[in-house]
Amino acid sequence: MKFRLNRIAFVIALGCCLIVVALVFYGSRKLQNFDAALIAYLFGTVFALFGIIYRYCVWLQRPPTWMYFKRGWQLLFSKSFVEYAGLSVQKLVRNIAFQRFIYPRGKARWWGHFLLATGCLLAFSVTIPLTLGWIHFTMNPATSINPADTNYYEAHVFGFKVMEFKLGSWIAFFIFHILNWCSWLVIIGCLLFMRRRLTHAGQIATQTFEGDWLPLILLIGISVTGLGLTYDYEFLKGTTYEFMAVTHAVTVILFLIWIPFGKFFHIIQRPAQIGAHLYKKEGEKKGMAVCPHTHKPFATQMHINDLKTVTKELGFDFTLEDGSSHLDLSPEGKRSALAKAHLKAREASGHFFG
Amino acid sequence: MSTAYYKTEMEFFVDMQRCIGCKACEAACAECETNGQQSMIHVNYVERAVTIQTTVQVCMHCDDPVCANVCPADAISKDEFGVVHTANTARCIGCSNCVMACPFGVPFKEEQYDMMMKCNMCYDRTSAGKKPMCATVCPSQALYYGTREEMRQMRPNSVPVNTFQFGKLEVKTKVNIMMSAGSTMLKVD
Repeated sequence: MKFRLNRIAFVIALGCCLIVVALVFYGSRKLQNFDAALIAYLFGTVFALFGIIYRYCVWLQRPPTWMYFKRGWQLLFSKSFVEYAGLSVQKLVRNIAFQRFIYPRGKARWWGHFLLATGCLLAFSVTIPLTLGWIHFTMNPATSINPADTNYYEAHVFGFKVMEFKLGSWIAFFIFHILNWCSWLVIIGCLLFMRRRLTHAGQIATQTFEGDWLPLILLIGISVTGLGLTYDYEFLKGTTYEFMAVTHAVTVILFLIWIPFGKFFHIIQRPAQIGAHLYKKEGEKKGMAVCPHTHKPFATQMHINDLKTVTKELGFDFTLEDGSSHLDLSPEGKRSALAKAHLKAREASGHFFG
Repeated sequence: MSTAYYKTEMEFFVDMQRCIGCKACEAACAECETNGQQSMIHVNYVERAVTIQTTVQVCMHCDDPVCANVCPADAISKDEFGVVHTANTARCIGCSNCVMACPFGVPFKEEQYDMMMKCNMCYDRTSAGKKPMCATVCPSQALYYGTREEMRQMRPNSVPVNTFQFGKLEVKTKVNIMMSAGSTMLKVD
């Protein structure tokens, strides 16, 4: 397939990257707090951001996606704002933070996904601001002069001090090793998924290396090499630091540049599920479509009306001779229409079988 | 995705007039590993009071699948053999666009999973050169998976048709419906 640059997406993605670069500059107090050792990660992050925004914008330009995107925001900022904001938060916690919709598909599957997603999201929330220079840590100067004093460490966000903790305390231990905790969550989650992909016949039949295995391998690569950094300075006196640092950087950067193209893009797409819930809720308030065949409500009328518009935009015109639409039928009604048409055609030919 | 044993000469043939509504296909479909032990085939009575006609509906695997086109999440894909796969679980957002837009009424939304599901022609079996579950158990051969030549010999007075008219829209499918000799399309409404 010939690649054609999508100009709108390109301009928006470029604009977002420039804004982020400006925020890196000013957020790190003119690079004062920027950690130069993370420069390769910064390039990887900005590239990933460009790819994600570009693909997201291309994706949004598809008629059905645009319809949901537009409707979702319209509904959120409608006169029912309080109700829909509450519903969005509820769905955000339930579906995004806890991914509860996966649980009925299988407990092990949910545990795998929950551990993997929690590890990833927690790691993103730490490493991205660190890479962009928005978070940095310093010793509290007042307590660091005298070695006999209890030393305090300070966390700064955008150059502003937000918290302080004692070195050697359990909070310090938890914070300094947070990426290690994330790594263990991700490794356990990935192993649960790998087990499933090796033993489930349905998964074996439909999985692909680049779509399903590569993401798991990359995540395990990142986690193991990340743990290797800690292992190196805790137990090997830093003798393998360069090897550990380079392999970790390579796996992380591969992961970052793969986000827009592969399975990881679903992390960006998933919040659209919240919009679909708002859309359904609003549709139910406005009224249901009733199938002319079953005489039962089967979908919201708003959904059916929007779908008629979207299908026409896509070149599928289901308009019937009497001005109604094939889409007015429920799924059962459509199946019955086909069966009745088949019966009628067979009847007309004079042969039901043969 | 292993496709080394997919037999391209094999086709799916449906003849609703042969369906006796036994629902053996439903039970067999639930054995398919790609479905998670749920049946994807639909068997309904049309108008029980006036006719014994049943509908037996597998995914027709359209050439230009409406379900995939209306999916806002790019969750539905068609492979090189023309099989339209069920929703990619990572992407599907459970909006039901595909459920309401499919002209054959095939996909359905599993509310507890917040996800669409549909027949993928038993991909775990067909990709290994085997027949779909439903076609292996259908006692009246309303559902048949085999070659065109086999079908021609079994039903010389019928022809496979894969063109359907829904209002102004013409839809071509991978799955065939058996009609009387001379037919070239089925006008649904």
